Amino acid sequence: MLEFKFRMPTDMGLKELYMEITKDLVLYLEALGRIRLEQGDEIRTQKDLGDILGYIDKLNELDTAGVEPLSHSSGVTNVMREDIITNGDMRDEVLSNAPESADGSILVPKTFD
Amino acid sequence: MTEDTITGMSAIDIGAAIKDGRLTSFEAAKAFLDAIEAKDREYHSYITVCREEALEQAREADRAIASGELKGVLAGVPVAIKDNICTRGIKTTCASKMLSDFVPPYDATVVRRIKEAGMVILGKTNMDEFAMGSTTETSYFGPTINPWGHSRVPGGSSGGSAASVAGRLAPLSIGSDTGGSIRQPASFCGVTGLKPTYGSVSRYGLVAFASSLDQIGPIGRDVMDVAAMFNVINGIDERDQSSVNSRKIDMEQLAGYSVKGRKIGIPEQYFGEGIDSGVKECVMNAVSVFVSEGATVERFPMPIMDYAIPTYYIIACAEACSNLSRYDGIKYGFRPDGIDDLTELYIRSRSEGFGLEVKRRIMLGNFVLSSGYYDAYYNKALQAKNLIKKAFDEAFAKYDVVIGPVAPTPALKAGQSLSDPLKMYLGDICTVLINICGVPAVSVPCGFTEGLPVGMQIIGKHFDEQTILGFASDYQRATADRAYEKQTPDVG
Repeated sequence: MLEFKFRMPTDMGLKELYMEITKDLVLYLEALGRIRLEQGDEIRTQKDLGDILGYIDKLNELDTAGVEPLSHSSGVTNVMREDIITNGDMRDEVLSNAPESADGSILVPKTFD
Repeated sequence: MTEDTITGMSAIDIGAAIKDGRLTSFEAAKAFLDAIEAKDREYHSYITVCREEALEQAREADRAIASGELKGVLAGVPVAIKDNICTRGIKTTCASKMLSDFVPPYDATVVRRIKEAGMVILGKTNMDEFAMGSTTETSYFGPTINPWGHSRVPGGSSGGSAASVAGRLAPLSIGSDTGGSIRQPASFCGVTGLKPTYGSVSRYGLVAFASSLDQIGPIGRDVMDVAAMFNVINGIDERDQSSVNSRKIDMEQLAGYSVKGRKIGIPEQYFGEGIDSGVKECVMNAVSVFVSEGATVERFPMPIMDYAIPTYYIIACAEACSNLSRYDGIKYGFRPDGIDDLTELYIRSRSEGFGLEVKRRIMLGNFVLSSGYYDAYYNKALQAKNLIKKAFDEAFAKYDVVIGPVAPTPALKAGQSLSDPLKMYLGDICTVLINICGVPAVSVPCGFTEGLPVGMQIIGKHFDEQTILGFASDYQRATADRAYEKQTPDVG
């Protein structure tokens, strides 16, 4: 099993650290996503993310001064509906998808002693 | 009718034959199920085939059609559904190890509407894992083959949905489109695919990839089938609060639609560098058909297109990393055995449950959202999105539709894209703008290059599916006697 290292980069010099996709950055992004890559994938991902972000940086050429960020293209806002339960008791169906369950509950590892 | 006759018919013809008693829904379902059994080992367009359930639904449809309860044009007609759309009691895997045993306790709204219309669900189609990819090669269950050429990919991410229709293993299918995932496989497989306006089809029960871009839509053999299918699934749904009460397609108007007097805009960037010359030629020939049918054409610059891919991948990956954070090995989904630490359980479940492309996009999403980079990437992309929307608003103030290619190339050779993700992302250049903007677009077969089908993309105003499908309908009628229109893949 691979050793998992959670490395939080310091605030100072973040930009410089990130622009070049370093191994530390890859490890940091793994930590953020709760993912652990195998060593071969890690090397490959470092290169791929470098290629992709290098291309994405093209966006810096675009002048967006004074342009409002747009979240939704449809313009629909604040849609309300009555809070009525329509789906009934589906406990058993829902639990049947749980990786482990017992006594009508989902089983997880101990979270504290 | 023989199996070949049935599987060779359009969905509307199958519906009509069932209605007037020349065919039963049971016979139709059985013909397609038998064809799947015989041929899908080769294409691998399905992940799950629902033989027993489909035959049972077909028997019920025959009864309800006979009693007059079901009257729709597609009542009793079989359909295939992409495996990221929830079907109660039937596995919905998203082509991922993560959800390989997931059995939804509810139906997606589109599935509920399909069942209410008396349509018969043949099975769940193959796709790129979590709809992330353009080739259907990232599927945990193995790739789908393009019926037009066995060394070619079917496109993606709805590759199974497109290949099942092209291979005569379903008369219609449902896909989803976040950045081209209906249109590009439709183009690669020589079938018709509609990405509806954002909000016109409920996303309730669609496993979320990028919620502001995802949209469910139909894939069919021709535009009339696609329009009829759209009419079954569209409309407002209180379970998807971004949904809107969009209009049904007027099928009669569609069947006789003329482009005479209509204005077409052609963005210069759609025919620039990087677009295959055979593809350009096919699409320009299609545009000249519209001209001979009485439409006018104008070229116009759309420089914002150069920023489409960066904008799209920032927004899509940012939303994906949030949406996919729910997969933690706790309530449902993959969990490895024998782990007694909670954090370790999250990490191992996600590391072993997701494929590399999904992990890459989660990491990219976390990067663009991370402190110090949010403004430079995510916020910048949302500003670009505003400029993209403005560019389309300006275009649609002048033109009824905008036309270009669906993809820069015909179907790619299998096994070439996975090693270079950036190259794969760049292949989405013609389609992603449409999702960013939320407008509708249809992919229509318009010829062949290197023996492979090419699709043109007809883009319209928000909620104006009627016009883009109208253009497609006029085109398909105007070219019905052309030899290439009659070509079908060698599916024998």
